[in-house]
Parts: sequence; C-alpha cells; structure tokens
Amino acid sequence: MPDTILVIVEQREGKLNRVSWETIAAGQAISAQTRWTLEAAVVGSGVAAIAGEVAAKKLARVYDIESLRLEPYTPDAFAHVLQEFLGKHPAKLVLMPHTYQVRDFVPKLATALQTTAISDVIGYKYEGGKLVFTRQMFQGKFVADVSFAGSGPCFVTFQNGSFRADKVEAGAVPAPVETINVEVPDGVVRNKPQEVFKEAKQAVDLTQAEIIVSVGRGIKEQKNIEMAKQLADALGAELAASRPICDSGWLPMDRQVGSSGQTVAPKLYLALGISGAIQHIVGMKGSRSIVAINKDSEAPIFEIADYAVVGNLFDIVPPLIEEVKKAKG
Amino acid sequence: MDGSRFVKILVCMKQVPQKDAPLKLNDAGTWIREGVSYEVNEPDAFALEEALRQKEKHSGEVVVLTAGPARAMQVLREALAKGADRAIHLEDDAFVGLDAYNTARAVAAAIKEEKFDLIFTGLQSDDYGYAQTGVILAQILGLPHATIIMQIEKRNENEQDGGGIRVKRELEAGFFQFVDMPLPAVLTIQSGINKLRYATLIGIKQAKTKPLRKVTLAEVQGSMGENLQKIEKLYIPQKSKNTEFLEGSPAEVAKKLVEKLKNELRVI
Repeated sequence: MPDTILVIVEQREGKLNRVSWETIAAGQAISAQTRWTLEAAVVGSGVAAIAGEVAAKKLARVYDIESLRLEPYTPDAFAHVLQEFLGKHPAKLVLMPHTYQVRDFVPKLATALQTTAISDVIGYKYEGGKLVFTRQMFQGKFVADVSFAGSGPCFVTFQNGSFRADKVEAGAVPAPVETINVEVPDGVVRNKPQEVFKEAKQAVDLTQAEIIVSVGRGIKEQKNIEMAKQLADALGAELAASRPICDSGWLPMDRQVGSSGQTVAPKLYLALGISGAIQHIVGMKGSRSIVAINKDSEAPIFEIADYAVVGNLFDIVPPLIEEVKKAKG
Repeated sequence: MDGSRFVKILVCMKQVPQKDAPLKLNDAGTWIREGVSYEVNEPDAFALEEALRQKEKHSGEVVVLTAGPARAMQVLREALAKGADRAIHLEDDAFVGLDAYNTARAVAAAIKEEKFDLIFTGLQSDDYGYAQTGVILAQILGLPHATIIMQIEKRNENEQDGGGIRVKRELEAGFFQFVDMPLPAVLTIQSGINKLRYATLIGIKQAKTKPLRKVTLAEVQGSMGENLQKIEKLYIPQKSKNTEFLEGSPAEVAKKLVEKLKNELRVI
C-alpha cells in the first residue's frame, strides 16, 4: 500500500468547514514525522473553488471528487463515492474532522472497506516507526493510546480544537488539483434530506460574550438557576448551560454550550456544577481562562481549569456574588 | 403505522460505569477495574424511551438487546420493567473488549432471524465514546441510517416510497434537519429526545416473566474477526494546564477568587 495520508476536508453547501484546517494541520504534522505523502480531497458538487483553496497549502495533491448526487449530503452518497475513490487511490491513513457529518458516514465507509475508524482523537504519537492515536475515554477521566491492527486504510477523526488551524503551512506553489467525477447509480441514496434550519430564535449570541457563567447538572433544580443568574448579572456575564439543563427546558437552547450548541471562547468561562463531559468541553476549551466550581475533585473539568474550587457551589456562589459586587464598587 | 400495522423495534443498550463512579486502572494499564457501580448508557435510555413511545403510539413490539458480562442483565431487566416486551443478552465478559465493528457483527448475527422495522442505538457510549456501533450495524445489515436523532414521525403509507419515517437530525450550533427515510432503518438517538419514564412496581413484577434469550459468544463468534483497533495503554491524562486550587471556607474562597478575577484575569 502506498504510504499516503489523505485528508478529507468538509464542505457544507459549497462552503469549507473551517475545522478542516485543523485536520490539514494534523496531516502535515504526521506527514513531517512519518514522511508519508500528504494529499487532500474535497467531496461534493461544484466544489472546485474549495479544492483551489485547499491546494494553496503544503500538500502533494488535491482531489476534487464530484457528483451531482453529493449535494445535499447523504451518508449513502458519500460512502459510495469515497469507497470507489479509495479503491482506486489507496491511502494508508484517512483523516477527517470529528464533525456530526463525518460521524454520520465514516463508520459506514470504514466498514464497507472492512476497516475501522479511530474517532474523536486528540493527538498522536509516532515512536519507533509506530503510530498511535490518543483519545479520551470515560468522559475524559482517562485517555487511551490506540493502535491500528488492520491492513488499512486507517480512518482517524480529530476532535475540534485538537490541532490548530493557524499552524497550517502554505505551499511554496499550489498543489495540483485533480478532478474526479464519480457516478452514483439510482437506488444508492435512500435518505431524502430536507432544508437545514435553526430552531431556537437566537435571542443571545454567546460567541460574543466576554464572560460566561455556565451551569451544569450540579445546579440540581431549576429554581437554583436564579442564583447563577445573579452571579452572571454581577459580573456582566451571559448565562449558559450544558446540554442536560437545556434538554430539561431550564434554559433555552440558544444558551447551550457544547458540540450540539455553541462553541465559545470568552475571556472567562465560569463553570458551576459542570463535570466536564467531552461534548461540553469541546464547546468551551478555547476560553481564555476557565474557573470551575464542582464538589467532585475528580471532575474532568478540573483538567482544563485555571482556577478550581472543589466545594459545594450552593455555599460558594452567594458569598462570591457579594464579593464581586464589592469589587465592582 | 396505522392501527393494523405492527412495528417491531430493536433497542441496543449498553451498560457503562456510573457517571460519578471512581474508576481505577487495571494492573495491565489497558482497561478499568471491574467492581464499580454501573448504569445504563444515558443515550440508550433515551433510545428505549423513544421506542416505548412509538410502540404506544402505533402498536408494536420493543425488543432490547445488550452485549456484555452477566452484570449487564440489569440494563435489560430495567428495560423490561419500563415496558419492553422481550430481551436478548449476548452474555460474555469478552464483549467488553470488542471494538465497535465486532460488537456490531455480533449483534447482527444474534438478530439474523428477526425482521425489525426500526433499530435504535444511543448516539454514543459514555465509556468508549466512539459513536459508531449503530452506523456500522446499519452498513452490515444493508439498511439506511441517520444519526443524532431528536424526533421520529411516521409518514403516510400513500407516499411514493411506501411511507416510512421523517426524522429530525441534530446538527452542530443549534441547527437541525428533517430527513425522510424508508423502513426498515437504523437510527442513533440523541439524549434529550424525550423525558425518561420510571419503571412502575407492576412493570418490575411483569419484567420477571418476559422472555429473555441468552446468546453465547460461541454462537456469534463466526461472524466476528480480530479487533482492528487495540488500546495499547489507558492512563490518566497528563495535565497541560497549571490549575490553581483555591481553598478555605466559602467566604475565603469567594474573596480569593474575586482577587484572581480582578488582578490576574482582569475581568472585574
């Protein structure tokens, strides 16, 4: 098998999903160490412009994989097209960002190729000619180094924020772009997707907030959110929450932070009673500073906190509100 | 599903360590030690609830399945108590260490004599977090699938494709998408799709007489292969951040924290 790393970038409705730059950064890093050839592919209909954008980076080649049936996205079409492509252009490693769309088709594609995907990876190690991928387990309490035991290709999906988009190296010259037209026969695509829409009227844009006070399950009851709101008001902060709080209807969906909600990077993220499940952390780990209050000293949120308080938030938040008010004068 | 049509739903469920259970590494450093408290994987509980609601709406049968050690039976018992009709337990300690591909192959082998209209899994497990088993199962069974589902509705049988379902798929950043799909289909269910019910005392009693089929590893092993992924090492993450723990009474901590917010972080 030729030693090629293939990064499949993500596009939605003709626009490149920016998280793809992180995957290219990962591909470049692995390529530099292993000396395997790095290539990229964009999959869609009428996506030549995206292929051009990607070709400006340091890569050996970019494939523009085209079919009218690739728009709108369906797992059947994407798996079919990529299975055919990879059959003709074998790769040792296939890298993608761990987006909801990738999760929707990569396990299908990998299985069709009788191989496997190591998903939600946060890093890698290349030691003694062996590549292992690091991923979180047990909601972040542990990490695992995972090796590929098959004959390939090995699919790897990278967690948002695990590599830095700004580390992507530009190419000295644009990489050659090869357009590949793939047929998707009738009957392959079984799902009929409708228009994408936003449900909650977005009353608040958390991505613009400088300070966020966020509540998790540790807030215990809906009425206790009032206390968190008082803290938010005292700090001039926006109120946010982890998924279970919004699922219960205690706060509206537009206040959800996490993989299904908003991704935020405020100056300060104050997490009250939030354990730090992976799906939440991906939405806020880019915050400039993080303060966490939780009664469980083992809570994964403490891995990423700058300041940590192990204690009962119901004891701590009231005097905290007073001290903030005092400090503000 | 009109009154005369019967919908058969399979719910694949997993038993995982309880969310706040203190976990310790085994001696080999490749997995956690047994002997912690376990619970049902949260998204799977929502998947079961959704299946029960569909059954109540349209009439049908809900079958629950798990692959795991003897202790995983608890998950099936609770499901039967909540209203599932029968259970399948692929019972063996070895099921804990299988990768998603093998787990899916084992499940497919165990259900090969059955014809389900819908197969639900949770979108991912709280222990591995791979988010793959449901999608792999769909591929093995040759069925259409959709992931991260927040709503399921039956479509009219007069429609062009003979009717099927319309599902609401959750996307990132607060976006959603409806997808029309034919039946049978595999769906991976997102937490929060509904509100979980409690098992009633009558339900718990009735659960004891509901059919439970045990499947041994030997019965499904022929459909499986070697794991294509291997956990070389499981370990506590190395901290990259220098976390400062603030200690003292609540009043003291409050003062210290505000001092940090003001002078170090400069947000006050």
